[in-house]
Amino acid sequence: MTDNVKPPLIQFAGVTKRFGALTVLDNFNFEVAPGEKVTLIGPSGSGKSTVLRILMTLEPFQEGRLTLAGMDYHEPGAAAPFRASERHLRNIRSHVGMVFQSFNLFPHMSVIRNVAEAPVRVLGLSRDEAQARAVDLLALVGLADKKDHFPSQLSGGQQQRVAIARALAMRPRVLLFDEPTSALDPQLVGEVLAVIRDLAHEHDLTMLLVTHEMRFAREVSDRVCFFDKGQICEQGSPEAIFTAPSHPRTCEFLASVLG
Amino acid sequence: MMYGFTWDTATPLTYAWSILPIILIGLTVTLKAAAAGFAIALVLGLVFAMLRRSRFRSVSWTTACVVEFLRDTPLLVQLFFLYYVLPEYGVTLPAFLTGALALGLQYSAYTSEVYRGGIEAVPRGQWEAATALNLTRMQTYRDIVVPQIVPRILPAMGNYMVAMIKETPVLSVITVLDMMALANMIGERTFEYLVPLTMVGLIFLILTLICSAGLHRLQKVLPKAGIPLR
Amino acid sequence: MQWVSYLPSLAQGALVTAWITLAAIAIGALLAFVAGIARVEGGRIVSTLALCYTELFRGTSLLVQLFWFYYALPLIGISFEPVATGILVLALHVGAYGSEIVRGALASVSVQQVEAARALNFGRWHTLVHVTLPQALIEMLPAFGNLAIETLKLSSLVSLISIADLTFRAQSIRNLTLDSAGVYTLTLVGYFAMSLVLMMVMRLIERLARRGAAFPRAAHS
Repeated sequence: MTDNVKPPLIQFAGVTKRFGALTVLDNFNFEVAPGEKVTLIGPSGSGKSTVLRILMTLEPFQEGRLTLAGMDYHEPGAAAPFRASERHLRNIRSHVGMVFQSFNLFPHMSVIRNVAEAPVRVLGLSRDEAQARAVDLLALVGLADKKDHFPSQLSGGQQQRVAIARALAMRPRVLLFDEPTSALDPQLVGEVLAVIRDLAHEHDLTMLLVTHEMRFAREVSDRVCFFDKGQICEQGSPEAIFTAPSHPRTCEFLASVLG
Repeated sequence: MMYGFTWDTATPLTYAWSILPIILIGLTVTLKAAAAGFAIALVLGLVFAMLRRSRFRSVSWTTACVVEFLRDTPLLVQLFFLYYVLPEYGVTLPAFLTGALALGLQYSAYTSEVYRGGIEAVPRGQWEAATALNLTRMQTYRDIVVPQIVPRILPAMGNYMVAMIKETPVLSVITVLDMMALANMIGERTFEYLVPLTMVGLIFLILTLICSAGLHRLQKVLPKAGIPLR
Repeated sequence: MQWVSYLPSLAQGALVTAWITLAAIAIGALLAFVAGIARVEGGRIVSTLALCYTELFRGTSLLVQLFWFYYALPLIGISFEPVATGILVLALHVGAYGSEIVRGALASVSVQQVEAARALNFGRWHTLVHVTLPQALIEMLPAFGNLAIETLKLSSLVSLISIADLTFRAQSIRNLTLDSAGVYTLTLVGYFAMSLVLMMVMRLIERLARRGAAFPRAAHS
């Protein structure tokens, strides 16, 4: 359950995001407490992934305010409103990590270099330190023996586990999962979910998860938010949402996916 | 006599044999000019390609115009421009460097297009992953993008290198002593152009045949030894 | 406003450049089709001959060819006017590079088309003229457009065999006035303008060629 004493780590206040004429998020309000594990569910195109992509600074937004650990995404005093300097964005990104639907591993780097590269380049770790960190994390995701392979030599599930290790190597406070199992063959989903489930036990790590795996969402989340048309229709504990949804759209959606 | 070698015009064969060392000295200049020019084209082309992808409309548009201008005007006139105009602004370069610079400028217009095609072929997820890992734009280009496009663009770059080698004789007009210039000088002194010019042509033919064969092999080897791209 | 006084002379040079370029493209295109078709359809001897021509003119430098035709050939009793030499050498160059374009485009026409023609008992020549070439022609146009611009640029080399083209005029004016920046800037702009015109003409031809409903890919040229 949410801890109401702590101030929110992430706060969307009246955020509006448009792609041309299409409004994806409409006056969106949303808070996440430190250490909270939140799952976003809903029909495709409802804006769930956009929330993560905005948090990762992959997408700009047009109205409202977004803060992470008290830092405003739109740099105060920037040249124009809703703008931020690269330096400011990089400062924000240092707190956030992301796992993508299509893994996005670097195909020209070995598995261990995929994990160790950013700690060396961005955090300024020595090669040895970064390699040691990478080996630990690869062990955590159960792929220590694959460290010298290239991504193309791994299965989809293994690639996604490497991608999780890669994101963790940056020690983010917030980890975003954008449909991490949607691109996987059904028999490979389990191994990835197992890794994420282990991570969910970490107290300090704040997790935002977009997924279609409802059973899994129920297991790992503190809170489930149902999205529809750029708004959160309904949110609450997994128990409440899955056993006693109150909004008709939620009932409809759950009926269609749990069928 | 030139570079200490005397020619023997008794028969075409003895003539050819006697001037071969001189022509080969010219060949080293030709190859050096092409190498220097291509190095400039490789670097400048990448810079142009990156500037064209700038988020600032004014930068990308200006770059597009400059590249288009370089591509659509003759190397020879660009060469004269650099050779005569740069000294007026106090920049006095040796003829060889001016020539390499002109070659590099002209071909940077071509290489920038090759880079652009390569960069556009890198999936968007790669850029996003680099952003999520907080790499800077420079680091993203250097560590993620360029290594991935190298195998893809090598054949096209190779073709441009061969094309550039064949254009180096133009540098002879600004007193660079390449194969062409030396062959002409020999012709002027002996009143016999056929042999030296034919030799230069043959050497170019051999050079390009070797390069094409090399490129052909490279294209066959790349998918195996190269970087797995999928 | 000294540079205004250069314009008449440069314009005359530009006319010579345009004439040489267009003549070289026209003759070169003809050569390209002959050599390209010879390589695809010709027997062993004919296609080998075409291959030798292509490799010889692609493999040696254009300036070397130009000087060879201008300085060396007269020594064995063959000589032309400078302008004819310039056009001939440029045309041979266009023909060699163009034949590769023709060959590639002919090869890109699907095997099914050729098989369909064969099934209808079309002769080889008939298949080429009525089935493969019309389809290949459209594919060739963008590459020929690039080659045309390439030819315009390379035509500047004829100034080195004393043809009074745009580059030659620029050199003369510079030697007279020593105003290098003005003369060469104007000259570069002149070539750029001619390139743009050439490009627009090629685009127009492409658009006209694609207009027929037979090639629905017209939308993205």
